[in-house]
Amino acid sequence: MTLLLALVIGCLYAAGIFLILRRNMVKVIFGLILLAHAANLLIFTVGRLTKGIPAFVPEGSGMLTGRFADPLPQALILTAIVIGFGVQAFTIVLFKRTWLTLGTEDLDMMKTTDEPPKE
Amino acid sequence: MKQILIIPILFPLLSAITMLFFRRSVATQRIISILSSFLLLAVAGGLLAAVISEGMLTLQVGGWRAPFGITLAADLLSAVMVAASALIGLTTVLYSLATIDRERERFFYYPLLQLLMMGINGAFLTGDVFNLYVWFEVMLISSFVLLVLGGTPVQLEGAIKYVTINLLSSSVFLAAAGILYGMAGTLNMADLARITPYLPQQNLLAVVSVLFMITFGVKAAVFPLFFWLPASYHTPPVAVSAIFAGLLTKVGVYALIRFFTTIFSHEAVFINEVLLAASALTMLSGVLGAAAQYDFRRLLSFHIISQIGYMIFGLALHSPLAIAGALFYIVHNIIAKTNLFYVSGIVERITGTYDLKKAGGVYAAHPVIGMLFLIPALALAGIPPLSGFWAKFVIIKAGFQAGEYAVTGIALLVGLLTLFSMMKIWNEAFWKDLPQPQVEGNRYETMGFGRRLLLFSPVVVLGLVTVLLGVFFEPVFRLAETAAAQLLDTQAYITPVLGRME
Repeated sequence: MTLLLALVIGCLYAAGIFLILRRNMVKVIFGLILLAHAANLLIFTVGRLTKGIPAFVPEGSGMLTGRFADPLPQALILTAIVIGFGVQAFTIVLFKRTWLTLGTEDLDMMKTTDEPPKE
Repeated sequence: MKQILIIPILFPLLSAITMLFFRRSVATQRIISILSSFLLLAVAGGLLAAVISEGMLTLQVGGWRAPFGITLAADLLSAVMVAASALIGLTTVLYSLATIDRERERFFYYPLLQLLMMGINGAFLTGDVFNLYVWFEVMLISSFVLLVLGGTPVQLEGAIKYVTINLLSSSVFLAAAGILYGMAGTLNMADLARITPYLPQQNLLAVVSVLFMITFGVKAAVFPLFFWLPASYHTPPVAVSAIFAGLLTKVGVYALIRFFTTIFSHEAVFINEVLLAASALTMLSGVLGAAAQYDFRRLLSFHIISQIGYMIFGLALHSPLAIAGALFYIVHNIIAKTNLFYVSGIVERITGTYDLKKAGGVYAAHPVIGMLFLIPALALAGIPPLSGFWAKFVIIKAGFQAGEYAVTGIALLVGLLTLFSMMKIWNEAFWKDLPQPQVEGNRYETMGFGRRLLLFSPVVVLGLVTVLLGVFFEPVFRLAETAAAQLLDTQAYITPVLGRME
């Protein structure tokens, strides 16, 4: 399972990096989203994968004993997903607005802020 | 007493929420902004005083014991950063009252400013790596919206670059935090500081530390990762540029200092060599980029980069003197750099343009503004007795002590080139006659007395602070030395958070 997830994460990172190198804004957004997913899965995987052992404290015991699933990576991912969702929604609106205002989706055309003002 | 730690985070949040109830009344929002910024400054001052007198303060949020809950921790560095950012927050609110147009004010400018302050304060005060990520996101999303508020074509273009690079660095941060958790089983900074030297996989730890260096390097605009900054910082209204220039990159520098003194202290040898090379190139590329610019704010943006180089240089030297110098440098730079942006806004209001070639004659018409520009400009270039002289002096002294002659030489040269840039601004905007035909759009003459007061009070206050930091250098620097000693002694950070360990 770990190996499979490692392959998936690797593919997600590769695809994400390939996409953010494109000139088309939409592909860049997809790339950023894939990179965020890859990071989430990475946290999930490095937090040790366990099967069928929930992180419950057994009755009558004050603490977790023996093997248990670590709930923290899942909490981290949940937080990261929520934040990522908000930020990505904002980015999509920003990119759409940019496309409407500038009339282009080619990132190479957006150079005015890097150039000295024209006479 | 320790509950004071959460106030710099809660307070901006509450005032932002309150302001949303007064959506239609910009006047009420303004009053709430001013009041809450004053109170925040008072609280930050109280926090600083408490940390100076009682030592490090910690608060376990929700009563969950560290390392299981989220810890807020304020050592001297955090407290000083919160105080400096509260001062910048207050002056920016005042300056915004005079400069931000009605439309932007109506679209939640003031609440966003408060949320930005919340994110910045949270990043300074948290003692947990993942919580730091969350505060970075709070800060970033507020800054995204502030950057595009108004939606002019240049703003959108600048924002695309800013947003993309920051999302990328956030996902690197997230991955690094995840791997670190997988290795150490904790994300509490104090607990990490305790555990990391004994982890079996030290090679992987070095990789993680480099990932953190990249993500904070992007935020701080360190050498190969700075190009987004001069592409975006000159696009929003000048009040927004000023608070970004003063605070956002410094949060990145703060995180670098926190991670590479407290958490990865034992990695220091390898990381410091990388940081040393990066700092030299940061200083050089920033100042050389600035030399070619003729847009007031773009020129200042490039100078942010070169000044970041000095701070990283201090961190890379990693001696008590150098770290203390870097801390003093951060405070000096927050004050002086924000002030220069404020002055650029005043000059734009008088001449109608940020283009230095088309501006001119400000000194002849308004000699006081010329003087107000010279204080932060000469401080930035490092002319005694202003704060920048001492900041550079300490770092360069530490550089010579460490025997890093090449990089120290570059630091000296960059100081000279900074003076060149500042004199270029002086010659073009202040000294030379106003070129004909004049640019239309002098908005200064029509300003009422009240707005002019709001326009100038931030500049005067920050100029005064710059002078005072220079004149009372010794007590301030003693404070910086104490803070540096705290940073280099990781046990001093671990014990207050985790309690005594057998």
